[in-house]
Amino acid sequence: MSNLNQFAGQARELLRRDTTWPFLVPRQRSPDVSKQVILYLEGLNVSFDGFKALNDLNLYVNDGELRCLIGANGAGKTTLMDVITGKTRCDSGSAWFGQNIDLLAHDEAEIAQLGIGRKFQKPTVFEAHTVFHNLELSLQGSKGVWSALTASLTSIESDRIDEVLKIIGLQNARFQLAGALSHGQKQWLEIGMLLAAQPRLLLIDEPVAGMTAEEAERTAELLTSLAGKHTVIVVEHDMEFVRSIARTVTVLHQGSVLAEGTMDQVQNNPDVIEVYLGEEA
Amino acid sequence: MNAMSNLIEKMTRVLTELRQPGKGSSMLVGVLLATTLAMSAANLLLPADSAFYVSTYTITLMGKYLCFAMLAMAVDIIWGYCGILSLGHGAFFALGGYGMGMYLMRQIGDRGVYGNPDLPDFMVFLNWQELPWYWFGMDQFWFAVLMALAIPGLLAFVFGWLAFRSRVTGVYLSIMTQALTYALMLAFFRNEMGFGGNNGLTDFKDILGFDLQADATRVALLLVTTLLLVIAFITSRAIVQSRLGRVIVAVRDAEARARFLGYRTERYKVWLFVYSALIAAVAGMLYVPQVGIINPGEFSPLNSIEVVVWVAVGGRGTLYGAIVGALLVNYAKTRFTAIMPDGWLFALGALFVIVTVYLPQGLAGLLQRFGRSESVQAARREEDAGSDSGISTREVNA
Repeated sequence: MSNLNQFAGQARELLRRDTTWPFLVPRQRSPDVSKQVILYLEGLNVSFDGFKALNDLNLYVNDGELRCLIGANGAGKTTLMDVITGKTRCDSGSAWFGQNIDLLAHDEAEIAQLGIGRKFQKPTVFEAHTVFHNLELSLQGSKGVWSALTASLTSIESDRIDEVLKIIGLQNARFQLAGALSHGQKQWLEIGMLLAAQPRLLLIDEPVAGMTAEEAERTAELLTSLAGKHTVIVVEHDMEFVRSIARTVTVLHQGSVLAEGTMDQVQNNPDVIEVYLGEEA
Repeated sequence: MNAMSNLIEKMTRVLTELRQPGKGSSMLVGVLLATTLAMSAANLLLPADSAFYVSTYTITLMGKYLCFAMLAMAVDIIWGYCGILSLGHGAFFALGGYGMGMYLMRQIGDRGVYGNPDLPDFMVFLNWQELPWYWFGMDQFWFAVLMALAIPGLLAFVFGWLAFRSRVTGVYLSIMTQALTYALMLAFFRNEMGFGGNNGLTDFKDILGFDLQADATRVALLLVTTLLLVIAFITSRAIVQSRLGRVIVAVRDAEARARFLGYRTERYKVWLFVYSALIAAVAGMLYVPQVGIINPGEFSPLNSIEVVVWVAVGGRGTLYGAIVGALLVNYAKTRFTAIMPDGWLFALGALFVIVTVYLPQGLAGLLQRFGRSESVQAARREEDAGSDSGISTREVNA
């Protein structure tokens, strides 16, 4: 009898009118940002062999915001990006993209197609291809094998590539092999590749590592110009750089959020001074 | 001035395009077709005592080389373009060969030593009473061809799906492919498998009703082989030049980047692996009627490794390089084994070392060096033209 009740309960759950069966939910849709928040991370825990890389981390990012994440080595910045992009599974917690997309239910390729672009710490571009083809491969659209075989560049797509080339300032390097670009140019190209896919959320890991002061300045301009149209999360060690672009800064420490606010607020926060900035002073 | 810089940009573009994967010359196709046609004509039309007569032995040898060239191309497609070093492609080649061998075996009919109209000789010898189920239908050419493609294709799909989905790459994958072909070799050595065991399948009489020993049949087989090689070459070139080809090279160079751009890299790898296995199977199917035997030795890991050497010599990452490499190394092998049979393996090893150290791009790389210096010059000229907006090419070359 109890078995029957259980079964009936399950059936009722399955037939609830206010839910949709998981397999009927379209895999690709745009995030619902009616509450102004595009990324909800709650209670994230990740541990590697007992080391807690993320420890009950909570973070909310507004739509169109430019957010900087800072923190010492091992604070969990890269792990956080890994969790958001589906590379690392978290032990517990939830990650939602808008109000309607559960990021933990998708894999890397799907998350990329949902509109989350990620730049790696070390600039990673397709070195054997030209700058143009690098961007072509990054364009939004079907990423299936068959559609790649039959794909031809439409004028809309080629306009998009021109537009991105202009944003990243590589118009003159269009037919250069990406492998022949300088370090800074590769960083820009990778950001351009993310832009070509027209993402909602950009995760950018150490954009100015190894750049000259002049290049860093241009990168700062680029990133601030992106905010508004896209939501940008930047991880960076270079405090000077963070100060130049940041509106809101989140400080991570040992896998959880230590402080959040403007750069000045954060720098005057006694906890932050003790664990992070204090070490430098 | 503007027109000049436009022209230079166009030239740079063309040269860069030429360096893109797969832009081998179509000259190769022309040379292949012309050579085989000339050889065929010389064999069939000229009297045997003419100075230009080409012996049937040479015709068959050429056909064999072309089969190897096709196999090399199959390996090059996945190794050169996608970075998957398969040390077991001989398995797909041999499976295709066995498919064709089974058809040829059934064509013998009652002309075998034991005169049994249904059972091949080795089955009579083993006292088998009836044909195993997997031999049924193999007397039909179309069915045999279908099976000779479907079995290797399916094997490649299952193997690739399991391996690439688990993200096995690099040396581990190479070892697995090696294990695959080794396991198949051991299996085919067993008499109980019903594929002729140690001796394999041989003593073929005719194909599609044509006598396999006749000159005309040999010539026709050579021409068919050339034609299929050309078709495979053109198809593969179309693939590597499409966006699919660029995704594949992207997967080779930065798989994680491709995945985070939304490409399901494992699917690309699986389908490319299947495509490559199918080409290898076609090569095997053409190889067997010309050589007249297929035995488990074809599964030997050593054979598969040799294919990799051909590709390395010719230049991986260029389709014509693989073909040229296979032809040259096999020609060298034929000559060398005639002069100094024991020395060949040493020569092969030395060749591999020399190519790896001095010619990492193979012979094709040697050819391209000329083109590269040309394009660098073009880039310099463009640099002189100068530009003020954004990043100048000066920085690019720095």
